Order: sequence, then C-alpha cells, then structure tokens
Amino acid sequence: MSTAEKYVTAAYLVVLAVVLTYVVVYSTKLARLERELAELAEQARARDDG
Amino acid sequence: MSTWSRNSALSASALLLLVGGIALAFYWAPEDADQGFSQKIFYIHVPVALTAYAFFAWGAWKALRHLWTRGERYDLESYTAIHMGVIFGLLTLATGSIWAKISWGIWWSWGQRQLVLFLILFLFYCAYFMLRFSTDVGPARANLSAVYAVFGIVLLPVSFLAIRLAEGFLHPVLFERDGPQMTGEMFVAFCVCLAGVLALAAALYANELTGKRIDARLRELREALA
Repeated sequence: MSTAEKYVTAAYLVVLAVVLTYVVVYSTKLARLERELAELAEQARARDDG
Repeated sequence: MSTWSRNSALSASALLLLVGGIALAFYWAPEDADQGFSQKIFYIHVPVALTAYAFFAWGAWKALRHLWTRGERYDLESYTAIHMGVIFGLLTLATGSIWAKISWGIWWSWGQRQLVLFLILFLFYCAYFMLRFSTDVGPARANLSAVYAVFGIVLLPVSFLAIRLAEGFLHPVLFERDGPQMTGEMFVAFCVCLAGVLALAAALYANELTGKRIDARLRELREALA
C-alpha cells in the first residue's frame, strides 16, 4: 500500500469511525430514554393505585 | 409517513448512495493528473464540508424562525442542526488535515486564512453548547441560543468565500465560474457522494431530533408526575 493509499484509507476510516461512535452514543441515549420511560410508567401506575 | 418509516427510508438511501458514490469515486472516476490517488479524499472531504455549512445555515434559519414565532419546536430544530453541524465540522477538519498532510506535507497551516476561518466557525458553534448549557431550561435559554445561532450566519459566507478570495492559497478551488474543474466522471462521482452525505446528514438529523423531542416530552411528563 502506497503512502497516498494509506492516507486516503485513513480519511475514509475517520468518517466511518465518527459515524459509528455517534451510533454507539445514540444507542446509549435510547437506552436511557427507555429506562426513564419505564420509571415514569411505574410512577404513574403507583399514583393510580395510591 | 411515520417518523420511523421516514428515518428508515433516509438511512437506507444514505447507505445506498454512499456505497455507490464511493465505488464510483474509486473504481470509475479517473485519478487526478496533478494529485494522483490522494485526490480521492475530495469525494468525502468536500461533501462533508458543504454539509457542515448547510447545517449551520439551517440552524440559523430555525433560530430566526424561533425568534420570529417563539415556537419551541424551532429551538429544538436549531439546536439539533448545530449539533450535527459541529460533528460534520469536526469531520471536515479531520479529513482536510489528512489531505493537507499528503498534498502539502503539513497537518495544518496557521497562515492559511480559509483554514483558520473554518476553525473559527467551528469553535464559534462549539461555544454555542457552553452558552446553551450554562442557562436554565426555558424561554430565556431558547432566545439566547437563537440569537447566538443567528449571529453565526455572518461567519458562513466569510468562511466559504475565503477559499476563493485568499491570496497565495494552497487550498484548491474546483468550482469556478466556467464550471467544475474536473472530468465528467469525477463530477458525477462527486454528485453521488454529495447526495449520499446529505442523505446521511438528513437521517442523523431526523433521528437526533426524534430523540431530543422524546427527551423533552419525558421531562414534561416527569414534571407533571412530580
């Protein structure tokens, strides 16, 4: 692999890495939202029962 | 069309266009006579940079709509656009720096006005988050953020035109008054890559906005239940 090929590959990999990192961060956020929603549903249920 | 269907359609289009565009760039478009293989970075660097500009402009437009109508949705849309613009701005700096290393032998040049102006634009929008998160949630934060985002629009043409107006520049100019300075195959590959990056940007924006809206509604629900 020539030097130019290495740099070009690196540039495309940087873009891929940033997009994948974003997907991972977003998945964590979705998991948090799901957890919070479950907690609120639990609170609402407890309120109805009480 | 439901949010899920729209976001899925955007993601699928982005994947198809990006794979197609990169394949065209590497296997169909000829190598540049001057720069050789390293010019292939152009097919990702320029679309990413144009997308960053588009996001900053979109964020300013939504901020203006917020100031005009005081609609809460515009504040969230402006914030999401700037959030995405900063991610694409970071990618522009990273890919540009790699291209600079191959072409000019340096990662960065402080003497190049167009590079420094893009960095200023990027840092200006990074500071948007500091301003936004140093203020409590509410109309005051939304108004302050909107005013800041609208001010940023001044930097956009300066940064964009600096690439054309800078004297003794190293940064190449490929789109001139008499058309793009590249072969037809290169231009087609570039257009497909640009469409792919824009579709990816739209998919990320739509997903991020959906997440932020759910987050805001959960906060309202928490307050109502407290």
